[in-house]
Amino acid sequence: MDDIKLTKLANCAGCGAKVGAGVLASLLEDLQVHNDPNLLVGFDKSDDASVYKVTDELALVQTVDFFPPIADDPFTFGAIAATNALSDVYAMGGEPKLALNIMAVPKDMPKDAIHEILKGGYSKVYEAGALITGGHSILDDEPKYGLSVTGFVHPDKLIRNIGAKPGDVLFLTKPIGMGIITTAAKVDMVSKETYDYALKLMMTLNKNARDIMVKYDVHACTDVTGFGLLGHASEMATGSDVELHIDVDSIDLLSEALELATIGILPEGMYRNRDFAEKYVDPGDCILAKQDMLYDPQTSGGLLIAVDSKDADAFYDELKNNVPSAQRIGVVKEKMGDKYIYIH
Amino acid sequence: MVDARGLSCPMPVVMVQKEVNANKPSELEVLVDAKVCVENVTRYASSQGYDVKVVEKDGEFSMTLKKK
Repeated sequence: MDDIKLTKLANCAGCGAKVGAGVLASLLEDLQVHNDPNLLVGFDKSDDASVYKVTDELALVQTVDFFPPIADDPFTFGAIAATNALSDVYAMGGEPKLALNIMAVPKDMPKDAIHEILKGGYSKVYEAGALITGGHSILDDEPKYGLSVTGFVHPDKLIRNIGAKPGDVLFLTKPIGMGIITTAAKVDMVSKETYDYALKLMMTLNKNARDIMVKYDVHACTDVTGFGLLGHASEMATGSDVELHIDVDSIDLLSEALELATIGILPEGMYRNRDFAEKYVDPGDCILAKQDMLYDPQTSGGLLIAVDSKDADAFYDELKNNVPSAQRIGVVKEKMGDKYIYIH
Repeated sequence: MVDARGLSCPMPVVMVQKEVNANKPSELEVLVDAKVCVENVTRYASSQGYDVKVVEKDGEFSMTLKKK
């Protein structure tokens, strides 16, 4: 089983395989949308999960996420895919409860490897305090794995990717650069130390960030995944009709990823994200390689959180010892200019 | 010349880097067939002090890298 190199079986790595936000919007155009007064979140604002109110105290959070191998080791791939799928529930302020496996496997894939993918997935679902209750598998040339996750949230405590208000402080909970690192790993251009760190980051649940976030006055949150920091940030900014002012020097950019970005080791998804989001962004004096990193598609990235300024210091104090990298990356301002995101 | 047609990124950059490291050419022609590869090779070339000219023909791109 040690011979299996899962990423060799995949065309695109992890969330880099995601259909671009612009393409997705055009694919969804003209599809009839049915409404229900209890549907609190549908896909009108490109949120992370859908939310349906069952009672005044309980709402269901529903999401699905899967992708081709992001890591060569099957257990690691399963764990990352599960962490990434669970993240959508955390981003809404919810708690995951039930998960179903979604899996595609090549005919000749060794059983041990498939078993390890599932073991990786189960380990993260159990760590999240949720249950795996079944799933669906099909044959396919390229392996794929992920989860459909159902969670719960109190309808009044629901946190959306819109709702950021002028004065809010912006936080991020994991470093940026995972897409570049996994792209470079395909051609052995990354150190083992950095690669292992990136895998560890992708296997870290956003549970702690969520558990802290729900104790404070948080106005908006999204997880940073396939659309990159600026793709997800522009959904937050346009949906909230505010400006996000981001201090690039306060963002934890993986240093090896920045070196790789400088020499053009960049995933295709970075360009898709740029095409979609750059119309919203004023890059200021930010150098090209750093801009590229802000569009880098993340797999199982951290949470981007807009916190009321009165809570910002206390929130940061609690966050900093409980997430991989607590970063205070900017502020929200009233919409004045013609862009939605300003890089400083 | 580096012919990286039919290859997806990051392979074209890896091939150009190999050629630049080995022979330090003052001028190099690179063939690729995806816009993403043009962008990535351009970033690499700029980082190594090359100017880049790109000519597109029938979905293929001929890139000329010239040492500044």
